[in-house]
Amino acid sequence: MSDKTSLRQREGLIFERSSPGRVGYQLPPLEVPPADPAKTIPAGLLRGEIADLPEVSEVDVVRHFTRLSKWNYSVDEGLYPLGSCTMKYNPRINEEVARLAGLAQLHPLQPEDQVQGALALMWELEQALIAVTGMARVTLQPAAGAHGELTGMLMIRKALADRGEKRRVVLIPDSAHGTNPASAVFAGFEVVEIASTAEGTLDLAAVGKRLEGGDVAALMVTVPNTLGVFEPEIVKAARMLHERGAFLYMDGANLNAFVGIAQPGKMGVDALHINLHKTFSTPHGGGGPGAGPVAVSDSLVPYLCVPTVEKAGSRFTLSYDRPKSIGKVRGFYGNFGMLVRALAYIRSLGRDGLKLMAEGAVLNANYIRKGLEADYHLQYTGPSLHEVVFDDSLQAASGVKNVDIAKRLLDYGFHPPTMSFPLIVHGALMIEPTESDGIDELDAFIAAMKAIAREVRESPDLVKGAPYGTPVRRLDEVRAARQPVLRWQARKA
Amino acid sequence: MANPSDRLYTKSHEWVQLAGGEATVGITQYAQEQLGDVVFVELPAAGKQVAAGGVLGNIESVKAVSEVFAPVGGEVVAANGELEAHPELVNQDPYGKGWLVRVKATGAPAGLMDAAAYEKFLAEESH
Repeated sequence: MSDKTSLRQREGLIFERSSPGRVGYQLPPLEVPPADPAKTIPAGLLRGEIADLPEVSEVDVVRHFTRLSKWNYSVDEGLYPLGSCTMKYNPRINEEVARLAGLAQLHPLQPEDQVQGALALMWELEQALIAVTGMARVTLQPAAGAHGELTGMLMIRKALADRGEKRRVVLIPDSAHGTNPASAVFAGFEVVEIASTAEGTLDLAAVGKRLEGGDVAALMVTVPNTLGVFEPEIVKAARMLHERGAFLYMDGANLNAFVGIAQPGKMGVDALHINLHKTFSTPHGGGGPGAGPVAVSDSLVPYLCVPTVEKAGSRFTLSYDRPKSIGKVRGFYGNFGMLVRALAYIRSLGRDGLKLMAEGAVLNANYIRKGLEADYHLQYTGPSLHEVVFDDSLQAASGVKNVDIAKRLLDYGFHPPTMSFPLIVHGALMIEPTESDGIDELDAFIAAMKAIAREVRESPDLVKGAPYGTPVRRLDEVRAARQPVLRWQARKA
Repeated sequence: MANPSDRLYTKSHEWVQLAGGEATVGITQYAQEQLGDVVFVELPAAGKQVAAGGVLGNIESVKAVSEVFAPVGGEVVAANGELEAHPELVNQDPYGKGWLVRVKATGAPAGLMDAAAYEKFLAEESH
């Protein structure tokens, strides 16, 4: 590529820009005699040598990070079809509202009568999430999806302990998000994996058989599942679990597929987490933090995190009066700034808008499915909701794997789909367009994927060598994992 | 690569080779292909008791972390220390230098397949 030698492409580490003695600001000479740290600071608190910090000017710093930022790809730049992650656009109105001084400058220790608006906001968000899910109540505290899973499972554990039962086993289908087994184990349970049916859905017979042991605490299941397929037997599963005294935990990561259309509360779900950074458009990852409120059925309400926000007349209070609570799972009241953004999104879309959002996500995923099903293999052909999972088996004969297709997509200017997940699809390419993009962007993506499929047939080595147009070429992921270099160290002079 | 006929296989794609009372355990060619490049292998220390069908350790590849199940129960006699620095041996030589652990078996293995049955199982799996 012609611009390979541009400054932007050659950007090194900030440490490599360091020049001895260079500073951001020239400070005036001291007007007081300098103090000797050895005499003023206890020896145990004195460090031997100064950390190896880069010596750079302000403009060095700004330019370095500005150039690096141009290497980035974000939802503000284009389609970001990372399956399961729901990388939808984050509307600017959310940011506008979150920056209002009355919200942004609150202190979490301010007395209740000074923060009535913030409490009203939390109460209103809880009511909105109750309306969406059909559950009894919601805790807004957890800081992410997996944190929500842990919170939900801790409530289930406490409810079981309350009944004097020592149920240890949590059933999890083999298509689950990896966080499900991790959360269950972290909450003190043992995980038993349930193989999916040939259609990729929950194997009800296998669940029923395992329930006979009497030691099952809960089933954790994602709806729609990680193939983007709705679990048709979820109501039956809930009934079977409840008859055996077990709970149903729903991973709500894919809630965006049916907001306004179906309610987990009516399916018999006892607890589910809601990823505000997925379904309700708050920023992901580095732009986060996340928020993973947990909605529960009546049976788990006594175990909710404290404090809860309660409304008495027109006044809102923080209530700690919940003797069976699992306690707090997060400092103060959760990631409040994210709660503000989520409510802004919910209020700006409204009930009908939220339903349209879910329908748009499903429509877009199916548009991509239709557009690509001649070029890429679909292992599970059940009706797709908000995402579609292709695999690389049509390309395997040319020696091209999902990772090669993903890397080539970078050359076409798109973020790749999720790869190699769910684990039940070998060589998976999991595409979730979300409702954010219009037909032009979807068509461009489909055209790029079709072009790559053609390249695989005609010149597979081109695809296997990708990417070509990125700041760095293909990285050696295997070596990076086997011999990780986790810390920069100065070259010895 | 053919699956050697001097050992037995599990449905979860481990192999076990019995010699005297000692069982050597590894993962199959098919398993390493499915995993892709192995980057880390976590194995039990010698002396640990494992139950047949219980989790023996974890294998991490660039794609995923997978559990390895014990085809036989017993006491772990040795783990393959080579894999710490060279996890790629699991990919390069799954039936030889890529072995995982040796177990002093407490019972005869049950429900395992010979090479022919395992290959039939693989053929059915892929449909």
